[in-house]
Amino acid sequence: MSSLTALAGPILAEPAQLLPARQQMAFTLMFHIIFVPIGVALPALMLIAEYKGLRRGDEVASRLARRWSHVAALTFAVGAASGTVLSFEMGLLWPGLTGRFGEVFGIPFAMEGVAFFLEAILMAVYIYGWRRLSPRAHFLLGLPIPFVALAGTFSIISANAWMNTPSGFTVAADGTITDIDPGAAIFTDALPYELAHFVPAAYMAAGFTVASVYVVGWLRGRRDRYHRLGILIPLTVAAIATPLQLVSGDLAAAGVLADQPAKFAAMEVVTEPGTHQPEILFGRYDSATNTVAGGVRIPGLDSWLAGGSTDTAVPGLSQFPADERPSNVNIVHWAFDVMVGIGTLLFLLVVWFAVAYWRRRDVPQSRPFLYAAAGAGVLTYVAIEAGWIVTEVGRQPWVVYGHLRTEDAVTRADGVWVSFTVIVLLYTVVGAATVAALRAMSRRWRRDDETPDDAVPYGPRPAVPR
Amino acid sequence: MSTADAVAVIIVLAMTLYACSGLADFGAGLWDLAAGGRAAGRQRRALIDAAVTPVWEVNHMWLIFMLILCWTAFGTAFAAIMTALFVPLTLAAVGIVLRGAGFAVRKDAARSGARHLAGWLFGAGALITPFCLGYTLGTLMTGGVAPGGTGPAPVTATAVLTGLLAVATGAFVAAGYLTAEAGRRGLPVLADWFRVRARIAGGAGLLAGVAALTALRFDQRRMFDLLVGRGWPLLALGVLALGATFWLAAPGRRRGLRPAAVTGVAALVCAWAVAQYPYLLPFGLTIEQGAGAPATMRWVLVWFAVAVLLVGPALVLAYTLDQRDRLAEES
Ligand code: HDD
Ligand code: HEM
Ligand code: HEM
Repeated sequence: MSSLTALAGPILAEPAQLLPARQQMAFTLMFHIIFVPIGVALPALMLIAEYKGLRRGDEVASRLARRWSHVAALTFAVGAASGTVLSFEMGLLWPGLTGRFGEVFGIPFAMEGVAFFLEAILMAVYIYGWRRLSPRAHFLLGLPIPFVALAGTFSIISANAWMNTPSGFTVAADGTITDIDPGAAIFTDALPYELAHFVPAAYMAAGFTVASVYVVGWLRGRRDRYHRLGILIPLTVAAIATPLQLVSGDLAAAGVLADQPAKFAAMEVVTEPGTHQPEILFGRYDSATNTVAGGVRIPGLDSWLAGGSTDTAVPGLSQFPADERPSNVNIVHWAFDVMVGIGTLLFLLVVWFAVAYWRRRDVPQSRPFLYAAAGAGVLTYVAIEAGWIVTEVGRQPWVVYGHLRTEDAVTRADGVWVSFTVIVLLYTVVGAATVAALRAMSRRWRRDDETPDDAVPYGPRPAVPR
Repeated sequence: MSTADAVAVIIVLAMTLYACSGLADFGAGLWDLAAGGRAAGRQRRALIDAAVTPVWEVNHMWLIFMLILCWTAFGTAFAAIMTALFVPLTLAAVGIVLRGAGFAVRKDAARSGARHLAGWLFGAGALITPFCLGYTLGTLMTGGVAPGGTGPAPVTATAVLTGLLAVATGAFVAAGYLTAEAGRRGLPVLADWFRVRARIAGGAGLLAGVAALTALRFDQRRMFDLLVGRGWPLLALGVLALGATFWLAAPGRRRGLRPAAVTGVAALVCAWAVAQYPYLLPFGLTIEQGAGAPATMRWVLVWFAVAVLLVGPALVLAYTLDQRDRLAEES
């Protein structure tokens, strides 16, 4: 609740709908994003396991592939329901955005819809094809799924990148929008670095999360081949993604510096523009005096990170008019530090894993490693949520950077507090039910190792008892 | 036909597909709710699960396409509708989450208590969403959504009755599909149970339809005249086809039931579309006035062609594999 009041502070003069609308959008997006990495990256993990099973006749790997496909189907379904809410919200909460700019940036959403449609169909074939399709045909039919998922990611990230670096239109003197070029709106400046940064994030999240489930089993003494593979396959994928993630994060930071200087200044809490900027870890920013209290300062590091030398000039918050600074610098800055901190920790974990694996060709035995790996899934999710907070809150007060302020986009309808409350309650129930269902699945699997494949939301007709 | 008209046709197509498939999923949810106690309802619920499980996700996509196309192609109208109908459309979204998540999760909820609760949630969503979507359509028809307006649309009898009509239509079509499905599987007792439900829902739907039409005459005379004037062949076709569905639900006859139901629902949606043409928001905003930039419209048309080329083969593949029994039924 304190974050609510913190957010309320600077925007009291704005429409009463703004605060609940932003809270609701943030809440529903942050819920939706939980299911996204699983939908994007779990299909790749299951195909790797299936391939292993096919090549080596490895029954254990095939069983993992099968079970992961069931998890992917369940989360895909919940992701679809929560994604539909987002589609409604684009109009319910932000009619000023879709009403005015829908014609500019709507196409990526339409492309995304097709990708999801294809993914849903292919997943159904995959899940219900386990028994009767030839193993080869089954594998080949599954092969497009990760690529279709990437196409969907591309589209949705393209829409978000457009909000950060809008292009493909001009605003005429009277405020109307002309020269609309949807093609140029798809490929904007922020797309390369946002996409390069999000895809590895999804693979990290899926990899670490799946691995951590089996690590917990391993810690409880279930040290069989099933758990070994369940750890090694996803952890290897995550280990490949993590260094890429750090590199692309650096690119993203450079991109933000060029494209959205105010966001960069908020991310790094730079108060005055200039060279030789210190890197400030955490600390408290006071918007009234434009100063930072507390925190750890590393001299020159911020400039060095931004441009490779401490002489690099970095924008500072004071150079922007007060009403064009992100409305909550502390949230953006803390979220950024949390993301980078977690990224660094996970990188160390991955190095540890690589060295240990290279020496023993097995799951590392060290207890501290296993405990860290058990927590890595949750940590990755925290980093993803934090990263999105940097992107979205850091863009404030703009919803379309430089062109449309969030308060001008928000709905004028009454009742947003009510809808926000209802949705929080609803999502709490749905989230709890999803977790319960996943746990029931896992219990069932532990009980009987041969699963009946009818417990998924897609596919042809399961039998009806007589 | 201008590109804007073509895009409007695509939206009506998505709406029609959604009305024939998604609406029936919600109807099935209602029958799930009304299937009776745990023991008595077990088999009915199993049939509903078996019939809806494979398709609801895909059925649901039409609604998403409709929403996205609306804001891409007709942003002003989309913003006006979403503002004027904030409450019903929020409820519709809530209902979709209840239905989608509750349904997906229920199959894995281990304890039967949780299963039962999920069933109730799913059922509640099945009532809310079609009602609210029908309500929205009814409000649109009465001219309750003004372009650029900021207040809520007035509540009209037409809107409420159209909401009820949507619920009843979904329930009717679902019961019809389920009768056919039970027949196909050789479960005559179940077929009888759904047949009776189809009759009840069909009667209720007829009443709601007549009442909605009457209310429309008082709420918005101009739209009423257009609907019965210009739209009458489609209205008649719709009523005939739905009547045929009613008749085809008799024991022993099950061929042709689905096509009849689909024709009926599609004809009703098209009757509305034809009556409302060329208005997006009757009678304040036409399709031409509300259309986005011509470049965007061309992109949407290209997108549509590509979508058909991609999704079509995938659907055919899934369907063929299913028909050849390559997608296994588990015992
Ligand atoms: C697995 C999670 C994860 C990890 C370990 C990191 N990030 Fe990140 N970051 C994301 C997950 C993420 C994200 C959730 O995926 C975001 C949100 C928007 C986006 O494109 O990626 C993001 C956004 C984001 C942005 C804002 C981009 C924009 O506003 O357009 C910057 C500048 C960085 N990141 C920088 C970094 C740096 C320098 C990292 C490491 C050392 C780092 N990130 C690690
Ligand atoms: C295509 C992708 C996305 C689009 C189109 C989008 C759109 C929006 C819109 C319209 C708003 C409200 C206006 C505003 O406050 O700026 C918003 C806010 C927000 N979004 Fe995104 N978003 C996307 C991705 C995400 C994701 C994946 C997350 C993460 C979980 C996220 C987190 C947030 C948050 C936290 C806010 C609230 C910002 C605030 O109130 O200060 N967004 N987004
Ligand atoms: C405003 C922002 C967003 C909107 C309107 C939105 C909309 C949707 C919709 C309508 C669906 C359901 C599709 C279906 O029925 O299959 C969906 C699912 C999905 N969305 Fe989002 N989405 C948003 C943000 C994001 C972001 C930022 C990502 C990140 C890449 C994302 C990735 C996915 C994925 C992968 C799915 C498939 C379900 C799953 O695998 O869990 N979405 N979204």
